[in-house]
Amino acid sequence: MDRSAPNAPNSEALPLVVEKLSHAFGQRQALCEVSFELERGDRAMLLGLNGAGKTTLFSLITRLYNHRGGSIRIFGWEIKQKPSEALARLGVVFQLPTLDPDLSVAQNLFYHAALHGLPHREAAARIKREIERVGLADRMHEKARTLSGGQRRRVEIARALVHKPRMLLLDEPTVGLDIASRQFLLDHVRMLCREEGLAALWATHLIDEVDSAARVIVLHRGRILAQGPVPDVVRDANAASIREAFDSLTGERRE
Amino acid sequence: MTPVHYYRCLRGIVWREGLRFVNQRGRFVAALVRPLVWLVIFAAGFRFVLGVSIIPPYQTYIPYEEYIAPGLIGMIQLFQAMQSTLSMVWDREMGSMRTLLVSPLPRWFLLVSKMVATVAVAVLQSYVFLGIAYFWGIQPPPIGYLTVLPALILSGMMLSALGLFISSAIRQLENFAGVMNFVIFPMFFASSALYPLWTVREANQKLYYLCMVNPFTHAVELVRFALYEQFNGEACAVVVGALLVFMALAILGYDPGRGLIVRRGGPE
Repeated sequence: MDRSAPNAPNSEALPLVVEKLSHAFGQRQALCEVSFELERGDRAMLLGLNGAGKTTLFSLITRLYNHRGGSIRIFGWEIKQKPSEALARLGVVFQLPTLDPDLSVAQNLFYHAALHGLPHREAAARIKREIERVGLADRMHEKARTLSGGQRRRVEIARALVHKPRMLLLDEPTVGLDIASRQFLLDHVRMLCREEGLAALWATHLIDEVDSAARVIVLHRGRILAQGPVPDVVRDANAASIREAFDSLTGERRE
Repeated sequence: MTPVHYYRCLRGIVWREGLRFVNQRGRFVAALVRPLVWLVIFAAGFRFVLGVSIIPPYQTYIPYEEYIAPGLIGMIQLFQAMQSTLSMVWDREMGSMRTLLVSPLPRWFLLVSKMVATVAVAVLQSYVFLGIAYFWGIQPPPIGYLTVLPALILSGMMLSALGLFISSAIRQLENFAGVMNFVIFPMFFASSALYPLWTVREANQKLYYLCMVNPFTHAVELVRFALYEQFNGEACAVVVGALLVFMALAILGYDPGRGLIVRRGGPE
C-alpha cells in the first residue's frame, strides 16, 4: 500500500474526478450524468435536499455497489477497476453512527487501522495524534456508548484519518449534533483542507453550513444544477445569498 | 496490498469478534447454558426412552448423553454462526458493516476473515462445553480432543458461510426470529444430532432422506467420528462441498457488481 506507488496513474492526478456518473434503481433514476472534480485542498459542499441522490453518490464513491454508467476516479484510480488503490486513499464519515458501542474508543480505532492493514506501532502513533486533535485523548479507553453524539462524531472523523487518506468524504456528518459540535466539525475539516491540503466532499441539506470560502455542488433530483466557488454560484444565479441561489435553482421555495 | 496487510486485517477482524464476545457476557453464558441444559435435562430424561445400539464410531453401548454430545457441539456452532449472521445484519443496520466494506482489501477476503473469526469463537465455546461435559461423564479418548479440532473448524466454516449467505439475503433485523424458525430448528431437528439415523429410517423414510441431505447432519457426524479418533470420509466430503457452495453464494451476495446488495441498493 505504498502511497507513492510508482505505477500510480499520474502523481498529479486529482483527488476525485466524477465523470458522467449515472445510476438507477429499477425504474428510478437516482443519478443522471453527474460530473465534477475536486483539487487538492478543495472543500466542496454537496448541497441537496433529501432524496437528491447524495447517499447514492456516496455509496458509489465508497463502492458499496458498482456504478453502471460513467466513472469515478480517486487520485487517478478508477474505483471499479482498482477498488483497493482507490479505497486506501479515501477517508469516510458515514451518515449513520458506525462506532461499535461495546468497544472502547481505542479498540474501535485499532480495528479500523487493522482493516487498512496498518502495523500496530504506526497505528498507535496515528491514533494518538488524531484523537488528540479532536480533543478526546482522555476518553481513549472508555466504551464508545458512554460518549455523547458529538464526541462520537469526533471519534469518527479521527478514525477516518487514521490511515492518512488524502481525500475525505462526509455524508451529512452534522445531523443530530448540537451547535458547538457542528461548529467543531466544520472548523476541523476547514483546517484539514487549508493546512494539510486534504480534499473534502461534505454532503449536507443545511444551507447555512455552506460558507463563502467553500465550493458548492448543487445536486437536485440526481442532477447537478450548479457548481463552483460559492460567490460565483450566487452571482450566476443572480441571487443575494447561497440560500436564494439554491431556491431559485431548484425552484423549491419555502412558502 | 501485500500478504502482511491481509494478515493484519484478518487478525483485526478476529480480535474484534473475540472482544465483542467477551464484552457481551450474557451472550457467553447463554451460549454455554443452552447445550448444557440439553445435556443435563433433556438427555437425562430421554436416556430411558431411546435405546442406542452399538453403531460406529462407538465400540460399546453408550448412554444417550454421550450420543448427543457431538450434536450439542453442532448446536453451539450453529447458534454461533447464526448469531454472527445476526450481527452482520445488525452491523449493517447500525452502519458498521459499512466500515468493514470500505476496507481496501478485497471483499471476499473480508468475508472469509469474518468466517474465521466466527469459527474461532465457536471452537473456543465447543472446548469449554467439552470441558464441562467431562465432569458429566462425557469422556472421549484424550487424543479425541485433538482430532476433533479440524472437524470443528471445517463444520464451523461451513455453518458460518451459510450464515453469511443468509445475512446477504435477509432484509431486516427482526427476521432473526425467522432464521431461528426456518434455519436453526429445522437443521437441528432434521439431523443426526439427537437420534441415530437408523432409528429415523425405521420411523419415517422421508425424514431420513431429509436428514441425509441436511449438511448439518454431516457436520455432526464429522465431529462425532473425529471425537472418537475416526475419520468419516462421506461426512467430510459433504461438509467441504456445502462449504464451497455457501461461500460462493455469500461472496456473490456481497459482490458490488452483481450481488443482492446491489438490487437492494438504494436509499430508503
